[in-house]
Amino acid sequence: MSLTIPRMADLAMEGRVPDVLFWVGCAGSYDARAQKVTVAFCKILNEVGVDFAILGNDEACTGDPARRAGNEFVFQMMAAQNVEVLNGYQIKKIVATCPHCFNVLKNEYPALGGKYEVIHHSVFLQQLIDSGKLKIKGESPLGDKAASITYHDSCYIGRGNGIYEAPREVLNTLKADIQEMNRIKSNGLCCGAGGAQMFKEDEPGDKRINTERSEEAMATGANTIAVNCPFCLTMMSDGVKAAEKQDEVMVYDLAELIVQANRW
Amino acid sequence: MLQPIVFFLICVVGFGYAGYKFSKLRRNVLLGKDEEIEKAPGQRFKNMMLVAFGQKKMFRRWIPAVLHGFIYVAFLFTQIELIEIIVDGFTNGHRTFATALGGLYTLILNSIEILSVLALIATIIFLWRRNMLSIPRFNKPEMEGWPHKDANIILYLEILLVMAILTMNGTDAVLQGIDPEHYPDTGTLAVSGWLGPLVFGGMQESTLALLERAGWWLHFLVVIAFLNYLPISKHLHIIFAFPMTYFARLTPKAEMENMPEIQKEVQSMMDPDATFDEADMSMELPEFGAQDITGLSWLDVLGGYACTQCGRCTDVCPANLTGKKLSPRKVMMDIRTRAEEIGTKLDSGDKQYIAEDKRESAKALTKDNFDDGKSLFDLISKEEIHACTTCQACVEACPININPLEPILKLRRHEILTQSAGPTDWLPMFTAIENGGAVWAMSDARDKWAEDA
Ligand code: SF4
Ligand code: SF4
Repeated sequence: MSLTIPRMADLAMEGRVPDVLFWVGCAGSYDARAQKVTVAFCKILNEVGVDFAILGNDEACTGDPARRAGNEFVFQMMAAQNVEVLNGYQIKKIVATCPHCFNVLKNEYPALGGKYEVIHHSVFLQQLIDSGKLKIKGESPLGDKAASITYHDSCYIGRGNGIYEAPREVLNTLKADIQEMNRIKSNGLCCGAGGAQMFKEDEPGDKRINTERSEEAMATGANTIAVNCPFCLTMMSDGVKAAEKQDEVMVYDLAELIVQANRW
Repeated sequence: MLQPIVFFLICVVGFGYAGYKFSKLRRNVLLGKDEEIEKAPGQRFKNMMLVAFGQKKMFRRWIPAVLHGFIYVAFLFTQIELIEIIVDGFTNGHRTFATALGGLYTLILNSIEILSVLALIATIIFLWRRNMLSIPRFNKPEMEGWPHKDANIILYLEILLVMAILTMNGTDAVLQGIDPEHYPDTGTLAVSGWLGPLVFGGMQESTLALLERAGWWLHFLVVIAFLNYLPISKHLHIIFAFPMTYFARLTPKAEMENMPEIQKEVQSMMDPDATFDEADMSMELPEFGAQDITGLSWLDVLGGYACTQCGRCTDVCPANLTGKKLSPRKVMMDIRTRAEEIGTKLDSGDKQYIAEDKRESAKALTKDNFDDGKSLFDLISKEEIHACTTCQACVEACPININPLEPILKLRRHEILTQSAGPTDWLPMFTAIENGGAVWAMSDARDKWAEDA
């Protein structure tokens, strides 16, 4: 099935504003692994029949990593540009698959004139499920293999914005056994990517943070690590690979697990 | 008549000097910049009652929470006794409240006694835990030297205080039987009721009276000593936890503070119609971020002083857990060290601390012309601030709502914006965002994935 992914520019020509704008983000747009999550999420939107659009080439980095690194100038430039685009299109509601984009759009753009209803895709998916619009078939998200899933809380969704239950509720609808790690929810351990660490070498130390976290995830015995952030996705996948467990333990975003469970 | 006079003098000196020291602390905290505190008194009061008074966040670890709770509640109750000591001290009375309060007095004293014994047990366990067990968070490099001693000193003071209380009450219990006229009935006390006769029974009345006075004075002096010790101790949290939890930020933990000065500049840069503001241009380049106490918010400095040095933040810091140099506790401790240093230098009035270009014209040393050629970066290395993942685990873990992430980010801002330095690894990312609107330099269209799908 081919996907329908409307661009905001085209909708604007027809004078239309979609129900929700899907903010794809840099990773979702360019990172090969994260692109799969972007596509999976679009599939769900199509299957459910959500009226959405993406900004396409009108979208630019939110500026989050620059701001966290300390570069407020670059951040403010990106923010001004994005706010102008979003306001120009009269966007009211935004869904983001990246917790960092979500946080900046939701909490930091309002002070800069960008006020929208912003929702992270894990909450969006939970709402679709709750309202009965998104039905999960009772099949294993791992195909013919039984799935046991452990969920890794991303810092910017968990502690940063207090969302702990929505992603877990989504996972609970899947035919899978859920295994919690030791450090979860407000006590969850970072994957190591935040604060622009993704873009630099580690400081001297005796272990990589993603190794520490992946080991904890694998120690649950789960064969699937569920994430809801493209950077966690990279970090946890790297950690699993470093332990040479990539054939036994898979790292998936919530959206991918739904698509797989529904055999879409 | 000698006792009330001596008592009065000690009060004046003891409370006076403490008051003076606390006014210095206030001055040091206010070296930090003004921060607009969002008005939400209801929410703030609730946070203070739950987190500081109710110790809500301590209960993530039950055992230390309960033990700490004993010491804390015992401390609170002992204050009632302190009021009586002060009244007795000034009036040369003895247990003035006993006759006035009757049964209630017995209840209060019993609470104090039971809590004191529980606090004593907790104190001994804490001493053993801190000195005999190798608990990682108590043995990090920043805890060496004074912080370690400080932690022990207060525990010894606590033991001394409980001893004083039990001596005072124990001898009193015996004396009540001998000389009821001078020693009013306190009712039967839970601990001293049997411990008093056991230890002090059979002693001469004069010895007992002497011991009773010794206990009474010791109690009073330990409290005065404690009060004057607070300003140089981590135990300042017993007071500062209250303003800290009251004023702590209420915004989501992931939200970073805006920099309106840069926002304004960028907006006028991007707006072709913007008028050139002459006044703005003539000003010297402002300092962005923070390199010293004066660049931080007063709330950050308050955090430095309120910090209990418990290390709960460092214990959950992913950077620290994986052997990096960053320790959020150390950041808070360094802020206090530096604030103290600036405070002491300001007090010296020494003109060598006036910034060189202002030395001629300035009349006196003030916080505005202060420059000793040092900064927070002398205490906190770049390596430390670069290791932070902004995961907010430290903010979440802090039992009194201190935010160590905030100053770390302000230091980063200073490094990047004012010093134009920072990890070279970040430069390609900055350039890619600035030039291509994405964190990586990419030649593909941003929606190429959609074409491919
Ligand atoms: S926010 Fe930074 S300092 Fe605080 S726990 Fe996370 S990595 Fe450590
Ligand atoms: S900042 Fe908070 S958690 Fe960290 S040592 Fe100080 S009081 Fe403890």
